[in-house]
Amino acid sequence: MSDARSTPLLELKSLQKHFPIHKGFLRRVAGHVKAVDDVSFKIFEGETLGLVGESGCGKTTLGRTLMRIYEPTGGEILYQEESGKIVDLAHLNRQEIRPYHRDIRMIFQDPQSSLNPRLTVLEIVGEPLKNNGIAKGRDLEDQVAELLRKVGLRPEYLRRYPHAFSGGERQRIGIARALALNPRLVVADEAVSALDVSVQAQTLNLLQDLQEEFQLTYLFVAHDLSVVEHIADRVAVMYVGKLVELADTRDLFLRPRHPYTEALLSAVPKPDPRLRRKSERIRLAGEVADPANPPSGCYFHPRCRFAEARCKSETPALKDLGKGHLAACHFAEELELRGVMTEKAA
Amino acid sequence: MTLNQTLISVRGLKTHFFTDEGVVKAVDGVDFDIPRGKTLCVVGESGSGKSVTARSIMQLIDRPGKIVAGEVLYYREEGKPIDIVQLGNTGKDIRSIRGNDISLIFQEPMTALSPIHTIGNQVTEAILLHQAITKEEATERAIQMLARVGIPKPKERMTSYPFELSGGMRQRVCIAMALVCEPVLLIADEPTTALDVTTQANILDLIFDLQQEMGMSVMFITHDLGVVAEIADEVVVMYLGQVVEQSDVDTIFHNPKHPYTQALLKSIPKLDLEERHRLEQIRGMVPHPFNRPSGCSFHTRCEQIMRGTCERITPQYLELEPGHSVRCLLYQDEAKEVNA
Repeated sequence: MSDARSTPLLELKSLQKHFPIHKGFLRRVAGHVKAVDDVSFKIFEGETLGLVGESGCGKTTLGRTLMRIYEPTGGEILYQEESGKIVDLAHLNRQEIRPYHRDIRMIFQDPQSSLNPRLTVLEIVGEPLKNNGIAKGRDLEDQVAELLRKVGLRPEYLRRYPHAFSGGERQRIGIARALALNPRLVVADEAVSALDVSVQAQTLNLLQDLQEEFQLTYLFVAHDLSVVEHIADRVAVMYVGKLVELADTRDLFLRPRHPYTEALLSAVPKPDPRLRRKSERIRLAGEVADPANPPSGCYFHPRCRFAEARCKSETPALKDLGKGHLAACHFAEELELRGVMTEKAA
Repeated sequence: MTLNQTLISVRGLKTHFFTDEGVVKAVDGVDFDIPRGKTLCVVGESGSGKSVTARSIMQLIDRPGKIVAGEVLYYREEGKPIDIVQLGNTGKDIRSIRGNDISLIFQEPMTALSPIHTIGNQVTEAILLHQAITKEEATERAIQMLARVGIPKPKERMTSYPFELSGGMRQRVCIAMALVCEPVLLIADEPTTALDVTTQANILDLIFDLQQEMGMSVMFITHDLGVVAEIADEVVVMYLGQVVEQSDVDTIFHNPKHPYTQALLKSIPKLDLEERHRLEQIRGMVPHPFNRPSGCSFHTRCEQIMRGTCERITPQYLELEPGHSVRCLLYQDEAKEVNA
């Protein structure tokens, strides 16, 4: 799926987003929330990269910083144009970034609040086309109708308002809006999390079909590991603003190399009562560390069952363990961690 | 006391909402039993009526909603069963059961707790409402309970406000409040849906451990079939205000009979590490409550529809084999009526 590994569509280099914490009357900066802290990875053309982690790990902030919704506080976002030219999106100003917003689009989590209730579907989906001077009038209507057809909605619904649609249909409107400008990269931030089981399956299938039809690249941000396993070619795991593991989906789920990934995988409920074995679950003690005041050394060490003295003092680097499997753990090579049990393996 | 006994028996329950636009039949003829000391999972998509069923058991239906028919029989250890529906939703009788014998935890732990009262205040209130003990004893019990649900430094936490706690900790406080009076039934309405997987796993373990310790029954409402597989003894599948299938958990997952149950199970992504494939989806969406299909309410989305039959005939809820009931016309001939 990601054969052309040599040409990343997008490459993040030490991307940072630190939010200042203000205190007191003079609103002095008292510290920083390191929401995204030195994250580097590549997204290849045509692939789906899953990005997972618990709430507060910075996965949404990462997606938004990459879109320049938030201003990055450091690092580079290298984007390869269709012509092959590489631009650093992190250092463009508001005017210069605009043309790239056509290539990189976003789908939001909550189809309830991400659509303006006072605009019709035509206005919502047609807005990017209009703003970029691509279509207007009759032509605009035709193009929006075509987009609706692509996402499985009836073109007759053009003049309806969002409230007339169910959650799944609203998410399709959001997808149509994201596709309006023929993007190359789509950042889907928890795009199916708010949907019912049956609608979730429909939406996942739609996203896969659209990817094939338009050769889209997805950055799929989600907390549901079963969904990510289903849709992603590679998966990145974040913990307290840092990337802790990245690998091909199969490798990551079969043989995780970071204890945090192992714990995440073991917590996923398996939809088969015959696989129920309580003792096997790794219980993570404590809570996700505070990104404003993270622990020393490896951020995961207070909750890690393999932690040693070294983990408290030394921050582990993200190492390549072969075949593009990256992990940030001092003991990644030595540990024998458990992956998911499949029905066949059990 | 044998464990197979029934604790709560819901019979023909109908809860309707009389709105300006028309009547919404949120719960429309629901039958099931909650076994003593076990976990019953109620599964369904939004709009299936699972939450309204739970609230009906607790008598927490507000206007414009009303329980229009049916009974909720509560079998105490001694004496005659009580029909909770007859108690109404106010008064001393229902208050002596609600929060004491039967308690409820909600999906969103932030809105379930009062933002302007301390944790200690809220937990002790639950005790003082139902038990004749002094404030000091209640405080002591509240601290014990907070410690039991895994809240670190429970004594200091008594003076904290909900906003000072994380989502998982808040849900633990809700569980502490619900269990402090040692109920016989805990109704949990999507208690882990808003939480991360790791926190969810911890909360599920906690509920399971407390169940072992206190011997209470749990009615667990969820849309997550993974969670069902992890914790359920019995499973009830709901669609559009009716139970379409009930059985033990193994049968539901390995020998489901209702086309809706079968389709639901096929449509969830599994961690199967298989090559990229499409999910089997259920076509269409849950119909609008004002627009309930005729005959079998699932016929508009069913893959095994018998044309000319399913649109016309409303299927009965029948017992296929002991402990396994289905509402589907595919099995109507070979089945015998539940309790006519």
